[in-house]
Amino acid sequence: MKTWDAIVIGGGHNGLVNACYLQRAGLDVLVVEKNGWVGGAATSRELTPGFLYSNCSYVCSLFRPEIMRDLELPRFGLQVIAYEGGAVLTQDGDYLGNYRDHDAHRREFARFSTRDAEAYDRYARDVTRQCRFIQPLLMRTAPDPTSWKPRDLGELLYLGKKFAGLSAEEMALTLRFWTMSISDFLDEYFETDVIKANFSISGIIGTALGPMSPGTAYVLLHHYMGEVDGSVGAWGYARGGMGAVTKALAASFQASGGTIRTGAEVERVLVKGCKAKGVVLAGGEEIYGKLVVSNADVKRTFLKLVEEKELPDVFLRRVKNFKIRGSSGKVNIALDSMPEFPALPKDSPCLRGDLHFTDSVERMERAYDDWKAGRWSADPFLDMMIPTTLDPTMAAPGKHFMSCFVQYAPPKVEGRDWTDADRDAFAETVVSQIATYSPGFRDRIVHMEVRTPREIEAEVGLTEGNIFQGELTFDQLLFNRPVPGYAQYRSPLGGLYICGSSTHPGGGVMGAPGRNAAKEILRDLARSDHHMSAAHDVI
Amino acid sequence: MNQALVANPRLAAQSHFRTLRLGTPFQPRLDALAKTTDWYNWAGYRAPHSLWDEELEYFAIRSQCALFDISPMTKYRIEGPEAEAFCNKVTLRDVTKLKPGRVHYTAWCDDEGFVLDDGTLFRLSRTRFRLCSQERHLPWLLDSAIGFDVAIEEETEAVAGLALQGPTAFACLRAAGFAGLEKLKVFDLAEFPHEGGTVTISRTGFTGDLGYELFAERKLALSLWDRLMQAGEPHGIRAIGYTALNRARLEAGLIVANADFVTAEHAVRSNRTRMPDEIGLGFMIDPAKGHFNGRRAILEARAKKRLRHVLVGLEIDGNVPAEHAIVYHRKNREVGLVSAAMWSPMAKKNIAIASLDLPYGDTVTDDLWVEIYAMRELKYERLMKRTKVVPRPFIKLDRRTANPPADF
Repeated sequence: MKTWDAIVIGGGHNGLVNACYLQRAGLDVLVVEKNGWVGGAATSRELTPGFLYSNCSYVCSLFRPEIMRDLELPRFGLQVIAYEGGAVLTQDGDYLGNYRDHDAHRREFARFSTRDAEAYDRYARDVTRQCRFIQPLLMRTAPDPTSWKPRDLGELLYLGKKFAGLSAEEMALTLRFWTMSISDFLDEYFETDVIKANFSISGIIGTALGPMSPGTAYVLLHHYMGEVDGSVGAWGYARGGMGAVTKALAASFQASGGTIRTGAEVERVLVKGCKAKGVVLAGGEEIYGKLVVSNADVKRTFLKLVEEKELPDVFLRRVKNFKIRGSSGKVNIALDSMPEFPALPKDSPCLRGDLHFTDSVERMERAYDDWKAGRWSADPFLDMMIPTTLDPTMAAPGKHFMSCFVQYAPPKVEGRDWTDADRDAFAETVVSQIATYSPGFRDRIVHMEVRTPREIEAEVGLTEGNIFQGELTFDQLLFNRPVPGYAQYRSPLGGLYICGSSTHPGGGVMGAPGRNAAKEILRDLARSDHHMSAAHDVI
Repeated sequence: MNQALVANPRLAAQSHFRTLRLGTPFQPRLDALAKTTDWYNWAGYRAPHSLWDEELEYFAIRSQCALFDISPMTKYRIEGPEAEAFCNKVTLRDVTKLKPGRVHYTAWCDDEGFVLDDGTLFRLSRTRFRLCSQERHLPWLLDSAIGFDVAIEEETEAVAGLALQGPTAFACLRAAGFAGLEKLKVFDLAEFPHEGGTVTISRTGFTGDLGYELFAERKLALSLWDRLMQAGEPHGIRAIGYTALNRARLEAGLIVANADFVTAEHAVRSNRTRMPDEIGLGFMIDPAKGHFNGRRAILEARAKKRLRHVLVGLEIDGNVPAEHAIVYHRKNREVGLVSAAMWSPMAKKNIAIASLDLPYGDTVTDDLWVEIYAMRELKYERLMKRTKVVPRPFIKLDRRTANPPADF
């Protein structure tokens, strides 16, 4: 019976990044994927003829350019197109636009407040400073603060030096930033509600917290530290949908000799003598590997794929308490024509970006109140976009694909499981919100896919439907992600590694966890990592 | 679109996204003269690098008089019974010494003592000021105004501005009929009638030459331009772009925010911020005047000798401009950077403004060099040239301050 050098459970972007790096290091790697396709949460699926859906993740910015380069992803079809702007449509029939042009951005804010218009530079400076602090940490394994190993001490020293390099003012801001609510943070810069709502968005996406919850300022940072080809903070569409990212990864992996098995659901990890020896597929087939890497989230990995008795108590308890709360759903819509938004001028670049309808922090917080009560938001927050305005490959000319990220949606409805009726009612709140701002919207709908946390968990495999494989709150970051003592991609079981977004530096289609995990594995195997680029300098 | 759009100015302003670079109030005149169509973005406005010939535009400043549109400059109106006290708190220099009808060049700092911007403060009356600056500061000004009986309004778009600079500037304005203008000494200002309104003329400028700046409400802009151009024609008036002005300002030794230093609210790298002493603005600080923003930090940095940089004028051997060249001590130790450089036609010297790391440029001024990379037909000609620290301005023109101003 064949024994693979490494078996990667799950063909999501991090699993594939990890597999690519291991394969390129000379290992014989097998990726096993439950679904009939790879991609995990980064997929493009033709759910109705003629329309390609980015039906889970939908925009690209965080994916590390070092990885794209190392794995030659452009050669395998990856292209990211920055988008043009965005807007918050307001209830009074106006909108607040976001423009790429600095002066247009200022003039737009000045329509609402001349003060806020001129406050943006200082806000941008402070957020950029925080991004520059955190960016170099993304592609480094977090140090273990309790360890006396030279490399942990070295990494701790690096962190310490970085922090000590900050001015007193910056240190204060950094600590505040990592612990504040996005609402409090924005209050220090802006006075206008719609402007604060506009920036709050990045603080709550994917998070089971409201804009007034402490910790959401950091979540905003997480959304700002990406880039599109050097344009830091910019977001773009992957041409061909988000599946283009994982399709390119899969092609790169296979081109370097890797093997992918789809339709192969792992039931459990084979453990012998506290060491992972392979996996058992649903149906009983056993596959042997010298090591196993799990792309699944930390709960799925250690509470479902490994028998609890194999794990230490404290670790197990911490995994159980790891916050991975579902907070969002997704409504994906095929449209037979471009929707109209009378509030927006027809030639507005905002149409080729992200659109929102929540025009106050208060409304956002109220939407969160519903989540706390175990209901989906009656007045949900939508992050809505139409990538086909820039990407000609996803639908026929004149036809459009619309992606709506919907928040909040609880993992359980008032304590019970979601039903189909719940799902339909959830979809209706979304469609009716859009239709309020877009007359005739319903008539354009050709097909619609609705994903509540139930569907996201069942189909994508993300526990509770949490898109980040765990909340990005400060108690779950750096050397505490996923749990203290296990932030270096290893687990209590020998030969079992984790490489998903549950690990440092967290979620989003970033690839850094998969890459960092590969680096640790190669370290354990005493293999060369010359094929892995160092993180780009932040100068 | 609909009725609401007409009634609500916020809705009416939506269409700004179609014009990313606004025209200034003088745009029709500039467009007509823009033979080079060489535009750049000045704070969101379409401004000319040059209009017809950047070399000759410079000589227009030094030989006749040159008209330059300064409308995009950020302008704040500061008015109220406590306007003086407010300005005194915000800015470095002692505003109680600034009499109505006077202008001074000043700067302002954040609480850490880092320079937010430099600019000119016009005292239009006992209770009314205009602050002109490179960057925008409304939140800072409004926050600083808490507790003061003062109103602050951003008036950049509402007020049109022109600089008329050069030896015939006075002759030109006199010919245009601004009676009594000869009484203005350097940094004086006065109001003059124009087309049923008024134009505020100050004897100020950014060239080190005889010159004036004129401000008027937007609707008077074109008639003011025409009045000057007609009257100035026999005096050689020419409209110019920024490249020419930038040369003149360098000869005058004047610094530009975010070219020669980084303003504190834009410094992404916190070690790029500068205290006034570090960019040659220490002369503005008046510890005796009482509290002003940044005072404690500035005085502490002075007392504890925590200042790290100095901005200096340099004279460099040879005639190749040393733009953005690295400054060395003994040809090997990197001690600073040139932020602006040119061959000065008026001084006949190769001049530059540079920021040096202390003690270089202050107590250590010998054996300084600049390394110039001059791209010549796809090859860097690398020159290591000796340089010495010299006082600014690089040129001193008597006509700038002569009273009465010279008439041609």
